[in-house]
Amino acid sequence: MADLVDPPLVQLLTPEGERVEHPDYRFDGDDQTIAALYRDLVLTRRVDTEATALQRHGELGIWASLLGQEAAQIGSGRALAPQDFAFPTYREHGVAWCRDVDPMALLRLFRGTDQGTWDPDEHNFGLYTIVIGAQTLHATGYAMGIQRDGAVGTGEAGRDAAVVAYFGDGATSQGDVNEAFVYAAVMNAPVVFFCQNNQWAISEPTTRQTRVPLYQRAAGFGFPGVRVDGNDVLAVHAVTTEALQRAREGSGPSLIEAFTYRMGAHTTTDDPTRYRHSDEVERWKLRDPLERVRAYLRRVNAVDEAFFTDIEAEAEELGVRLRAEVRALPDPDPTTLFGNVFTEQTPELAAEQEEFRSWSASLETEVAR
Amino acid sequence: MTATTMSMAKALNAGLRRAMDDDSKVVLMGEDIGRLGGVFRITDGLQKDFGDERVIDTPLAESGILGTAVGLALRGYRPVVEIQFDGFVYPAYDQIVSQVAKYRYRSGGRVGMPIVIRIPFGGGIGAVEHHSESPEAQFAHTPGLKVVACSNPRDTYWMIQQAVASPDPVVFLEPKRLYHSTKAEIDVEATPTPLFSSQVVRPGTSATVLAYGPAVSVAMGAAEAGLADGLDLEVIDLRTLSPLDMGPVHESVRKTGRAVVVHEAHRNLGMGAEIAARISEECFYSLEAPVLRVGGYDTPYPPSRVEEAWLPDLDRVLDAVDRSLAW
Ligand SMILES: Cc1ncc(C[n+]2csc(CCOP(=O)(O)OP(=O)(O)O)c2C)c(N)n1
Ligand SMILES: [Mg+2]
Repeated sequence: MADLVDPPLVQLLTPEGERVEHPDYRFDGDDQTIAALYRDLVLTRRVDTEATALQRHGELGIWASLLGQEAAQIGSGRALAPQDFAFPTYREHGVAWCRDVDPMALLRLFRGTDQGTWDPDEHNFGLYTIVIGAQTLHATGYAMGIQRDGAVGTGEAGRDAAVVAYFGDGATSQGDVNEAFVYAAVMNAPVVFFCQNNQWAISEPTTRQTRVPLYQRAAGFGFPGVRVDGNDVLAVHAVTTEALQRAREGSGPSLIEAFTYRMGAHTTTDDPTRYRHSDEVERWKLRDPLERVRAYLRRVNAVDEAFFTDIEAEAEELGVRLRAEVRALPDPDPTTLFGNVFTEQTPELAAEQEEFRSWSASLETEVAR
Repeated sequence: MTATTMSMAKALNAGLRRAMDDDSKVVLMGEDIGRLGGVFRITDGLQKDFGDERVIDTPLAESGILGTAVGLALRGYRPVVEIQFDGFVYPAYDQIVSQVAKYRYRSGGRVGMPIVIRIPFGGGIGAVEHHSESPEAQFAHTPGLKVVACSNPRDTYWMIQQAVASPDPVVFLEPKRLYHSTKAEIDVEATPTPLFSSQVVRPGTSATVLAYGPAVSVAMGAAEAGLADGLDLEVIDLRTLSPLDMGPVHESVRKTGRAVVVHEAHRNLGMGAEIAARISEECFYSLEAPVLRVGGYDTPYPPSRVEEAWLPDLDRVLDAVDRSLAW
């Protein structure tokens, strides 16, 4: 167990909000960039809080909270270049935010009115993937496509592209993730494997998935691995920026283990009191990803107080909009569920749709009578 | 007419070559398909001519093949993957059923998966276990996948090209025991019949025999043998298993009043069950007998020295026809 925790984390901003040096990594943005990251962190957390509340009010079927993982997601999401592509799990609301996917698209999915209907090509952001680990192979294949497009190692700015595959600590036990590591390694594919080790896979601690620190797994596959403080947005940004650059240059894949914590339940249906102690949660609260950025910005006087109140107001406005729009979301017309199975509807499906239509119509006449 | 004589293996090779010539986004993926040309030599010479970026020897992991194919498709490629043998498709089952089949639906029609999954299927080659299976019903049962099976070199040449051109994922079943056994003249300038269509391959009046893949030659053999007993069987090559093209089937059964479905796959919940149900729903008043099924027995595929006893042969087909006629 000690081994799982002990290896040093790459850290650039302490929980107290102090910048620290690291021999290999540095954050190269200025304080305004940090202020912008802070805004992302706050608004992402607000999306999450609203969604959890909406689920409690019966407006969403379920919600998978990212509470505690904001820095891991914003830090990596903001390291992406426009031409890069990200493949999420079901919890990457912060990355979705960075990719300009409207939170409403996520809320529709969790409400049950659709299954993730953003355009992956418009946002360079794949569909949410619930089958654990499956998307890591999609990411690797996409990266192989980038190679075939000649968009790696050209040195031309804005052309070379990379892919990020998001997954959890539990996912590292999946065959697909290990196959993705193999494929990416032998193909030298421009993909960054970004593991958010939030310490839990529903009720199972990371010790149920591994005997070695997860980032060390990379060595066995033949690419570098690094463990970063996942609650430090600057360190995550720096580490991811470097891994992406490496991939774009043609130096191949790498693994980032963002050491973080799932502050909330696995999803709104979960009860974590059955399997973990609240003192663990309390300890992690001291390492909150937002607090340290706020402390830093205040300390160096990078922004004035109005900056914070403005963001609060913006968050409030966002909350109001999401609540209103979710409540106004109509259920889909059931006849539409027969579309989009294939490019063109098959005669068989057309017949089923017709059968359904006349069945529904007959029920309506029944009611009318 | 520009006719060439080809085996089914050659027809696949030529069809794939033409598809790759036509569209630079077509890439082939699979185990041993490069220098070796695949264990059945279907991709012989293609890596030499198209390079290893387009004919990819993959690591030995089937879920990886399909999962990376999904990613390539998302990047605008058209992967044609080879599963080395039918019994090894199961490690990829999750990616096929949960990812390939559903992406279009989940994305609200925005993103398609133009992937062809080639599977050499069926038995009769004296192979060790896991090399002789018929998993088609598992895929035909999955919404979002199209499933076709070829039965002769000429169809194969066209069907593989049509499958590659399909914007939807196609599970492409190749009767491995026929790869090298027969040859046909193929006019490469002909206009092919549509991919998702069934065809009457032998007109007749006594009863309708429905088959696909390797069972088509068994059905044709039965029809030939039946002549001596005064039987004039109509044989339909279904070709497409999902969607089914029931038009020609219903027309035939309305004429003959009797139908026998033949496949190598296990009978329980096999394609025959679905086809029998559809015929009884649509042709009830034309039927003189229940639709009968001839298939593999509901056991795992047996050891090769007894596979001939397990596989449907022309005697079992004719026996079923006799039972239908005697009803
Ligand atoms: C293949 C598969 N098995 C089981 C599940 C059910 N499940 C959903 S989330 C989860 C835990 C995942 O843990 P981890 O990878 O650490 O991600 P996290 O939820 O912590 O973000 C499980 C078991 C699933 N979605 N997919
Ligand atoms: Mg986890």
